[in-house]
Amino acid sequence: MSSYNIIDHAYDVVVLGAGGSGLRAAVGLSEAGLKTACISKVFPTRSHTSAAQGGISAALGNMGEDDWRWHMYDTVKGADWLGDQDSIEYLCKEAPKAVLELEKYGVPFSRTDEGKIYQRPFGGMTKNYGNGIVQRTCAAADRTGHAILHTLYGQALKHNTEFFIEYFALDLLMKDGECKGLIAWNLNDGTIHRFRAHTVIIATGGYGKVYYSATSAHTCTGDGNAMVLRAGLPLQDMEFVQFHPTGIYGHGTLISEGVRGEGGYLVNSKGERFMERYAPNAKDLASRDVVSRSMSIEINEGRGVGEEQDHVHLHLSHLDKTVIENRLPGITEAARLFANVDVTKEPIPVVPTVHYNMGGIPTNYKAEVLTVNGSEKTVPGLMAIGEAACVSVHGANRLGSNSLIDLVVFGRAAAKRAAELVKPGSPHEEIPETETQKCLDRFDKLRNAKGDNSTAELRLAMQKTMQSKCAVFRTEKNLKEGVNEIRKTYDCIDSISVKDRSLVFNTDLVETLEFDNLIRQAVTTVDSAYHRKESRGAHAREDYPKRDDEKFMQHTLAWCDGKNTKITYRPVHKSTLTNEVQYFPPQERVY
Amino acid sequence: MVQISLPKNSTVNKGKYYKDQTGSKNIRKVNVYRWDPSTEENPRIDTYEVDMDNCPSKVLDILNKIKNEIDPSLAYRRSCAHGVCGSCAMNMGGKNGLACTTPHAEIDGEIDIYPLPHLKVKRDLIGDLDGLYKQYQSIEPWLKNNSSKDSTEIFQSKEDRAKLDGAYECIMCACCSTSCPSYWWNGDKYLGPAVLLQAYRWIVDSRDDERKARLKKVADELKLYRCHTILNCTSACPKGLNPAKAIAEIKKMLATANV
Repeated sequence: MSSYNIIDHAYDVVVLGAGGSGLRAAVGLSEAGLKTACISKVFPTRSHTSAAQGGISAALGNMGEDDWRWHMYDTVKGADWLGDQDSIEYLCKEAPKAVLELEKYGVPFSRTDEGKIYQRPFGGMTKNYGNGIVQRTCAAADRTGHAILHTLYGQALKHNTEFFIEYFALDLLMKDGECKGLIAWNLNDGTIHRFRAHTVIIATGGYGKVYYSATSAHTCTGDGNAMVLRAGLPLQDMEFVQFHPTGIYGHGTLISEGVRGEGGYLVNSKGERFMERYAPNAKDLASRDVVSRSMSIEINEGRGVGEEQDHVHLHLSHLDKTVIENRLPGITEAARLFANVDVTKEPIPVVPTVHYNMGGIPTNYKAEVLTVNGSEKTVPGLMAIGEAACVSVHGANRLGSNSLIDLVVFGRAAAKRAAELVKPGSPHEEIPETETQKCLDRFDKLRNAKGDNSTAELRLAMQKTMQSKCAVFRTEKNLKEGVNEIRKTYDCIDSISVKDRSLVFNTDLVETLEFDNLIRQAVTTVDSAYHRKESRGAHAREDYPKRDDEKFMQHTLAWCDGKNTKITYRPVHKSTLTNEVQYFPPQERVY
Repeated sequence: MVQISLPKNSTVNKGKYYKDQTGSKNIRKVNVYRWDPSTEENPRIDTYEVDMDNCPSKVLDILNKIKNEIDPSLAYRRSCAHGVCGSCAMNMGGKNGLACTTPHAEIDGEIDIYPLPHLKVKRDLIGDLDGLYKQYQSIEPWLKNNSSKDSTEIFQSKEDRAKLDGAYECIMCACCSTSCPSYWWNGDKYLGPAVLLQAYRWIVDSRDDERKARLKKVADELKLYRCHTILNCTSACPKGLNPAKAIAEIKKMLATANV
């Protein structure tokens, strides 16, 4: 049995993660008078929200007529009818309020001539239910995520949020199916901390790092998702992984969809604007899954550019210089640094790159975590928001600029719901010591691991498997190979090695714990993909090219105790929240 | 003559030497500062021979290569790997910068990698920025506007918005503040370029009602006027921002406005 000194804390609510959604929740909780702790493995402004570029969607109508119902239709269609329409209604209706609130917090949005918030066109965002392009994506140049994250951190400071920074969360504390808190390791001094809370809000972001080439940060390891799996709860729709059409070839750095929003376009080796063939109306502004698939087909059919003909070109040198300078300064810098390209003269080499996880912890529109036990049930004491959550508003494919709005709308919703559920200062129940012990035993085992496989080697093996077996196009054979291969990598954990024995900033151990988190999500992802025998949104099966609404208009739920998964399904919500809008029945999805 | 002796545990020793195991003909020597507070040992400089034939172009790629292939115990902060999160700020070849955007080709000879200068070290390349973060909080980095309605945005002209360019982009990596001799000397009282640039960002935001109060708050011999226009900050900024100019603007506003 491992023994560590434990420092105890008691809070009304604990927020795990300090990106856009975690900070927005923390602000709302402080406003509601709840004693709140916000725990993060990185300083808040280092969170990956800072990398979001193009903007945040909301039907403000600053640049022409708009309606939140149109936004809702676009999101339902973008999601390929896998989104829950009650949640999508909530998202799109609350969006304008949430953006105005951000503006009042101080976000430095770009402006129109009248001094209003500037909005740009974005993929899949249309007017009047698919009839023409609308300008709905609110932007702060091409640094919108950075601007929002820093502003939200300022608000959290204003409300004196208690931060626990550079604390790495290990596990949730569960009792009789309810969440009672969590355990975290303080990297600064090596101490172990136990947080009791009436509600834990998971806001740990996505798990892009299961793939080799991703726009995700090194720290995007989905720690909260893995904690949920270890707590015996399911993850939802994990097979839906978004490939962003324009990651810089060879490096993976994101080049915003805003480039195409401002008039940039993709070109193959024949100099063709090939998107005109795949999406005659929306062209380069079709939704991301469509553009990524089209690029992959061009490359697979031999029309890629470069020596290996394995990428395509993104042109923007025809754009007005002032547009590039004022609205796209960040990607200009990124293209220079990572592709050695002057965007005013040359195209950027780009390739579809893993970018976003539509799947995650299942929740309702109030951010309460769901499980299925006979029927749909909430898990008391547990909420999830942001990319970690699967509300599900993004369904099978997220529209660009819908993630930033997801963060703030559901961050706020979680705080509101927690304020309804938790009475400030109410006493905490005893949690059995066995929960703590189970968590520390896993920690101690990995800390003292003396095997032959380095964490970096195993991580690479996992990433290569996911990249080759669970990519843009999938087949039965490929996925089956992936299912088997990823388990071999999982088995190697038994002989993993951690060389660093310190407890202070032991990043060797951090990465090993992160790998343990990642591999469980990799298993869940490839298994979920194997079982979904249809094509929908980002999940494109060559052997099942059609959407199958009869069998699969359902969310995948996957439990995983490490190597073994159990997969079931729950129906997509087929009704709206109010009668202000009608349910959008499934249609064929063309752009 | 006064004899100043430093405590024994502050001496930096020669550390381990990791010889190349790949047989590469294209090797660079990389010297890295190492220290772990949980041991009783002095700081040391470890030297790694790194195979450059299989290493991408940035200093962060070298560190990742060392961590993945040679020595997993090396500790450093890193996250986004493309210059927006500000985690991997450190001193490379004698200059502050972000490891993820600094090409190693720009450093001649052996590559020396240290934590940001003049910070308390938490471990290896990880510096203690807690003091700087507290100073950031002290300038109250949030909008103060009492007149706005909930149903509309606060209007701001393009010209007024343009005043925030060059200030809101700051990623708080602290390359500037930790390159400033004045901040080295008075870092507990002088706010330093990173925080003053942020103070400026809120002072010039046309939507903010408290411009005068903000100016008054920084108008202090130590908080502001310890800037002696050395300009290290501007040359260190990996985002091409100009904190020195922002500080000069604050001084100018104070000299001309009736605060």
